[in-house]
Amino acid sequence: MGGTNHALPIRDEIGGIGAIWYREWKVFLREKSRIVASIVSPILWLLVFGGGLGQNVTIPGTGYQAFIFPGILAQAVLFSSVFFGVYIVWDRKIDFLKEVLVAPMSRTSVFLGKVIGGATDSIVQSIILLILGAVLGAAGVIPGLQPRLLTFSAALPILAVTTGSLVSVGLIIGALMESPEGFQLVSSFLLFPVFFLSGALFPLDRLPAWLEPLVLIDPLTYSVDALRHALLGSGHFALGLDLGLMVAFLGVVVWMGSLAFRRMRV
Amino acid sequence: MAIIEVEHLTKEFDGLTAVNDLNLEIADGEFFGLLGPNGAGKTTTLLMLTTLLRPTRGTARVNGFDLVRQPRQVRNAIGIVFQDPSSDDTLTGYENLKLHGMLYHMPAALREQRIREVLALVDLTDRKDQIVKHYSGGMRRRLELARGLMHRPRVLFLDEPTLGLDPQSREHIWTYVERLVVEANITVVLTTHYMEEADRLCGRLAIIDHGRIVALDSPANLKRVVGGDIVTLGVQAPDLAAVTALGFVDEIDHQDGVVKLTVRDAKVRLPRILQAIGAVDWVEVHPATLEDVFLHYTGHEIRDAGEEGGWAERTMRYRSATK
Repeated sequence: MGGTNHALPIRDEIGGIGAIWYREWKVFLREKSRIVASIVSPILWLLVFGGGLGQNVTIPGTGYQAFIFPGILAQAVLFSSVFFGVYIVWDRKIDFLKEVLVAPMSRTSVFLGKVIGGATDSIVQSIILLILGAVLGAAGVIPGLQPRLLTFSAALPILAVTTGSLVSVGLIIGALMESPEGFQLVSSFLLFPVFFLSGALFPLDRLPAWLEPLVLIDPLTYSVDALRHALLGSGHFALGLDLGLMVAFLGVVVWMGSLAFRRMRV
Repeated sequence: MAIIEVEHLTKEFDGLTAVNDLNLEIADGEFFGLLGPNGAGKTTTLLMLTTLLRPTRGTARVNGFDLVRQPRQVRNAIGIVFQDPSSDDTLTGYENLKLHGMLYHMPAALREQRIREVLALVDLTDRKDQIVKHYSGGMRRRLELARGLMHRPRVLFLDEPTLGLDPQSREHIWTYVERLVVEANITVVLTTHYMEEADRLCGRLAIIDHGRIVALDSPANLKRVVGGDIVTLGVQAPDLAAVTALGFVDEIDHQDGVVKLTVRDAKVRLPRILQAIGAVDWVEVHPATLEDVFLHYTGHEIRDAGEEGGWAERTMRYRSATK
């Protein structure tokens, strides 16, 4: 068979994941409006919502805008990651997905390639937002946010694990949905509760009794809290608990996602 | 030697049998066609043979590997050009081919060499850095043809390769396909509902109707079965008994004042037919085509759309339903 390289299957799988990532990266670079759009909304939240409400709300130890900065980062990653799942619906609507599925690689690798591709987009977005946050903090626009290289770098792996989980969730929804409209509907229903319940905009200290369990089952809660540890130096839960739950959630959704891709109809 | 062996291949969707107990052998190096109307089960057969759809029953071996148990080996041995565009239109032609090379685990140097080769084969070298969105339908089909060949498959599947193309682009694709069969020396399996395409390209044909093979032979032999020529006459009150009495008419088909006769040596026998049949408005004689073969075996014309129908029919149906 003319020259097709029959290396170890595991090497083939990694090569396949790289191929999928290559495609997602090229598409991302070509659609610059996606990057711009994903930056504008978090800035509005931070400056307008945070600036307006911050005059009337005090958070012990820091300013309100600095307090919600980790939450807004998590929100930006939440929306861009989950919405990435809609591209799998498009890939299936046009026949591009067939080209990928007929290639000699497992569907698990197709899924992993997509996860890494989507996560890359969100990580680029996160880096831009972190730099903007550092600049705004240094300029005194966000009182209480101290731009330190170490703490801002520590936020990145936390955001990476978060986006990996959320892209997986988006792809699971995408694998199950027949139409982009159906995807939008389901994901909107999911996104707003997950965002509001995560404590992105409020402290978790004095929650009403009915609200507390809802906050605790929201996986994004722990990402927001871990980001507060990294960026502000303190959080509500122990950092180890945050990280442990985040990694466990990642494991569960990656497993579910590869199952969903194996059952996905072409 | 058979490169594809199909055994009792069957696919059912919610009780509807799309492909019904298909048995078939395709030899190495053959140009094989699956001819049938929309909804006959051609694409479903192809999706099963390319491991994208799991058969309900039965199986097939491609290049000696079992579809169901060894899908990865089968995938390594095949290339496919899908019915609908399956390239990424936000990427350039070159990037689509590079992606394909990566998906098939080709080392970088070999990949670049193959990209140059296949681009030259389909005359797209000049356009390789253009984004596929700006390609014409024919160019895009050529790119996908190049892509399907890039990893040098043993078998190339073409699913309606000229569907929706203008006559000129269709002619182009045919030329490329004929050239590649000679140059790449591979087995080609093509589905089509264009008689002309099947006749021109295929060494052997399976006529498929309602998920079953109704005839299987070379285009020439299939036409020989129908026998000789087709005489079509416009006659208001044909005397069919007199025509039958002539003794040399093999088949008679009469519908709405149009009579279709299958006759050997029609040129010589036409005067006697005209005497026998009665007052004739018009007459037409042509050698048997695959269209006639299809009608002979299935009792209906290939243009009578199957369950799917063409978009035109669907629009018409939709319009009459909403009136």
